[in-house]
Amino acid sequence: MSRGRAAFLLLLPCAIALVVLFVLPQALMFAASLGRRSAYGGVIHGFDLANYVRAVQPIYLTILLRSFGLALATTVLCLLAAYPVAYWLGLLAPARWRNLLLVLVILPFWTSFLVRMYAWVFMLRTEGLLNLLLGRFGVAPLPLLYNDFAVLLGQVYGELPFMILPLYASIEKLDHSLLEAAADLGAVPFRTLLRVTLPLTQPGIVAGCVLVFIPSLGAYLAPDLLGGARTVYVGNLIQSQFAVARDMPFGSAMSFLLSLLVVALLFAFRRPLRASREL
Amino acid sequence: MRGAVSVQGVRKAFGEMVALRDVSLEVEAGEFLTLLGPSGCGKTTLLRLIAGFEEPDAGTILISGRDVAPLPAYKRPVNTVFQHYALFPHRTVAGNVAFGLECLGVARAEIGPRVEKALEMVRMPGYADRRIDQLSGGQKQRVALARAVVLQPEVLLLDEPMSALDLKLRKEMQVEVKNLQERLKTTFIFVTHDQDEALTMSDRIAVLNRGSIEQVGAPEALYERPRTRFVADFLAVRNILEATVESVAGGEARVRTRGGAAFVAADDGGYAAGAPVVVGIRPERITLDGEGGNAIPGTLDDEIYLGDRTDWRVRLGGETVTVAEGAATASRRKRGDTVTVRFPPEAVLRLEEPQAP
Repeated sequence: MSRGRAAFLLLLPCAIALVVLFVLPQALMFAASLGRRSAYGGVIHGFDLANYVRAVQPIYLTILLRSFGLALATTVLCLLAAYPVAYWLGLLAPARWRNLLLVLVILPFWTSFLVRMYAWVFMLRTEGLLNLLLGRFGVAPLPLLYNDFAVLLGQVYGELPFMILPLYASIEKLDHSLLEAAADLGAVPFRTLLRVTLPLTQPGIVAGCVLVFIPSLGAYLAPDLLGGARTVYVGNLIQSQFAVARDMPFGSAMSFLLSLLVVALLFAFRRPLRASREL
Repeated sequence: MRGAVSVQGVRKAFGEMVALRDVSLEVEAGEFLTLLGPSGCGKTTLLRLIAGFEEPDAGTILISGRDVAPLPAYKRPVNTVFQHYALFPHRTVAGNVAFGLECLGVARAEIGPRVEKALEMVRMPGYADRRIDQLSGGQKQRVALARAVVLQPEVLLLDEPMSALDLKLRKEMQVEVKNLQERLKTTFIFVTHDQDEALTMSDRIAVLNRGSIEQVGAPEALYERPRTRFVADFLAVRNILEATVESVAGGEARVRTRGGAAFVAADDGGYAAGAPVVVGIRPERITLDGEGGNAIPGTLDDEIYLGDRTDWRVRLGGETVTVAEGAATASRRKRGDTVTVRFPPEAVLRLEEPQAP
């Protein structure tokens, strides 16, 4: 068997999965987005851009922009919180504890995201754990739940492991002698961080940001449960089009636009992304 | 004195493992000193303590007369050439050499010329804009040297910098590093496990074994008169024999080895009649023809052909010794020949055997 044919056969399962799980659904969705809703929530196929015209109206663009802001804030906060953790895990933590500590990072995945969001509700609500504790010190109950703060908190909490793991992977690979070389050449620790550690762990930073930013863009559980659905994000909008408003064509159009946005972003950042694959 | 290093009673342990036990060493300003020893002897640990990457458990290190204990690595007036170079892969050659100057806050206009000069010094002009992954091992070595010497350190530390190079390149770099040191007149502390490298390059050599310095001296002194069994073994004294002193008289000691070979050694004052002793004889100090000195009959047992010379394994009763012979005379012999092994009493080195702590 020729090399070309072997490569073809080996890639076939992956190609089939991509077609069945990605290309086909996207095509179906795109087809639906060009149609109209029927009286009972079905799709009447057609060729009409009306849904897209509706989707770029200011009210929906505002929602999209808000989601973008949430995703950006989530990514930045995750990066700031995760970098020290990953740095400690990768360079400073005792080697024999490392695996256990990594298990702790991914341990939350053993519980459903939904359940964990409810746990936050119990912690944050007016009679919740935190306010109960604050009450002991004579602090009046704080409005911790059902606001943007709670949404952001839930997002950062949920996405943090996706930032820690790629950062850890690239920090752990960092050649320790490079840090010593920097110190040896007279770099104070902060300069070493800025000029050596950060540039060399850039692949991990890029990978982590992509892994956090993209799901955050379509987030709807945290806004729904912790935000009390008071503020609408694009994820909630799409979900409600399918589940509540029964307007599948419009929901499809919004979904398709969101996918396009993600692809456009990946394209815009293709250079650092390529670097993250090389290293 | 600028560039002098004084190590006083330094101890360092990593958990249970004692890397250095009570090491003291004086390195003179402008000297090329080599720390020589097998892996795990503590030589790299000593270098890292001087650089400031580790802290000693006890003892003091002075650089240029100043106690460096309170100084972190980035404030010490030393620079290091690392074993695997540790060049920054995200910077060009010039970017690597400029790194230390940038840390010092040297003006941009001044950095360029100084980097260029340093690259010329290591014979790498014109490589300024190359990426590190485009360089060969020898070139990386030179860039690592340039990056360290551009800062004009009081002491340059080199941690087995040649170990990744092939033999021919290593020989070239040895000469170059030695020349560089003579030009700069900077103190070099060089770590290696290669005795040839140490003998070629050093003004003085300190031999380390299991965390202690066994002997310090000029290459010739060390080669001619190794004091301990370990140093002798490490510097290729291949015949090390355990023996008993039979008698001492008239500046000569008569010894008998465990295997039964008896001969006379020049007395250095350390032989005592009836006491056990370890002696060493270099293979090249023993001849199979010659006259005078000790003469012991034996049989040629094995031949190890090495091109320019041949090593014979010669059986002397219950003892076997190695004799190195030049190519010209070796070709006349064959295995099984009866020979007379000869060596002068001065060729017998009395070796101490420090008790392991």
